[in-house]
Amino acid sequence: MENLVLDNKTKKSRIPAWLDITQSGTGLVLGLFMWVHMLLISSILLGAGSFKFVANMMELSFLSPTGEGYPIAVVFAVLGVFSLFILHAGLGMRKFPSSYKQYKAVRSQMKLLNHEDTNLWFYQVLTGFIMFFAGSVHLYIMLTHPEIDPYISAKRVVVSSMWPLYLILLVAVEYHGAIGLYRLCMKWGWLAGKDAKKSRANLKKLKKTLTAFFLVLGILSLIVFILIGVKHKDTNPNDSTAKISTTITQQYLKG
Amino acid sequence: MNNEQNRTLIFEILRYNPLIKGDTPKMEKYQVTEAPGMTIFIALNEIREEQDPSIQFDFVCRAGICGSCGMIINGEPKLACRTLTANYPKGVITLLPLPGFELIGDLSVDTGKVMRQMSERVESWIHDQEAEDVDLTRLEERMEPEIADEIYELERCVECGLCLSACATKRMRDDFLGAVGFMRLARYAVDPRDKRTGEEFYEIIGDDDGVFGCMTLLGCEDYCPKDLPHQTQIAYLRRKMALGK
Repeated sequence: MENLVLDNKTKKSRIPAWLDITQSGTGLVLGLFMWVHMLLISSILLGAGSFKFVANMMELSFLSPTGEGYPIAVVFAVLGVFSLFILHAGLGMRKFPSSYKQYKAVRSQMKLLNHEDTNLWFYQVLTGFIMFFAGSVHLYIMLTHPEIDPYISAKRVVVSSMWPLYLILLVAVEYHGAIGLYRLCMKWGWLAGKDAKKSRANLKKLKKTLTAFFLVLGILSLIVFILIGVKHKDTNPNDSTAKISTTITQQYLKG
Repeated sequence: MNNEQNRTLIFEILRYNPLIKGDTPKMEKYQVTEAPGMTIFIALNEIREEQDPSIQFDFVCRAGICGSCGMIINGEPKLACRTLTANYPKGVITLLPLPGFELIGDLSVDTGKVMRQMSERVESWIHDQEAEDVDLTRLEERMEPEIADEIYELERCVECGLCLSACATKRMRDDFLGAVGFMRLARYAVDPRDKRTGEEFYEIIGDDDGVFGCMTLLGCEDYCPKDLPHQTQIAYLRRKMALGK
């Protein structure tokens, strides 16, 4: 009943503090995870064998006596990421413009000042909104089809026409994540050093470089998946994948 | 013949008087011959004296101390008295009133009302329950010079309101305290004479209208005419309020 009492004797809740910490914490984990995720995916650039090797590692094949791994490990990892994603989205939404009036205020401010960091935040809102949908589709697919394999992924990209979604997701994630991590440093005063202004300029440069790097990496990886997908379009994944992958992995491990 | 010293500047100024019934906001053009070292403030005075006595804008000190002449100059919140016309090589200067404040007329806005509300909200005075018992015949308690310097640094704020106009969070959510309020509160948090605890400061800024509402857009940091360390200060308050209890 205490929330019905409006007076200045009621102590302020600690919840806003925890919401702020949780939003930043989930963002930090997801942002760093996405960079690692992109690096792992880009192993396809070294060949399907390398990708399969990385995939087997993710499925904890080194723990299983047969070397087949445990795809269930991927399910748990996806569940964890999905939970963080939903939590982060829910908390991030609090900061979105929630009415036309607020939206108009932000847009008019952006038009009036053309201030870089205000614009960056707005790109985060837009890319975050896109990820509600694009990210959920990807995560759901990974949850229901946890086996990671270069040929299954390539077929998914080409035959299941997932490449436009992955392309949109790639751009949205790389911008959202890098801007978010930069803003986290500003928000909490991390890596500020002795000269906060200089550190901000350096972090902004680093942010731009990393965004460009991961975008190039992502686009090249997507192109390779498309090429593999087109080449193996007509093969039955159920027959070929296991055989091709196993053979390639064996060859790879033999060196 | 014009050269760089005496080129003709074109000022496009928003004109609107809310007290005149039926008046609508419009941009009006004025031409001013540039003089060496001319500031926007000097140019505005020239326009008022020689071309249009009805134009409204605020000023007191002419030296960046009073914080009265804040306005949007070619898309940037700035103090007119500290902005040289020479900074605009194209010679076209657009002037708009600061957004987010009540408009008095043309370029004049009421920052005083907002600053007063801010002062009351952060209780901008020394809180010490034993202050009544202070022996006025004794010397005041000494303060470390480093702390005095720190307080002085935070007190350089002139309450011009540029940080609030530059803040999209404040534009979106009117109840948001804004950088000027955080700076003021930080000043009292540093002052050893103010006996308020972290918990008491939390009661003032520990919510989404306070420090947790700050979205770190850094307009305050980028446009503060006194170069106050808003980013560092707000980050410090956020850490202190979120973790330090």
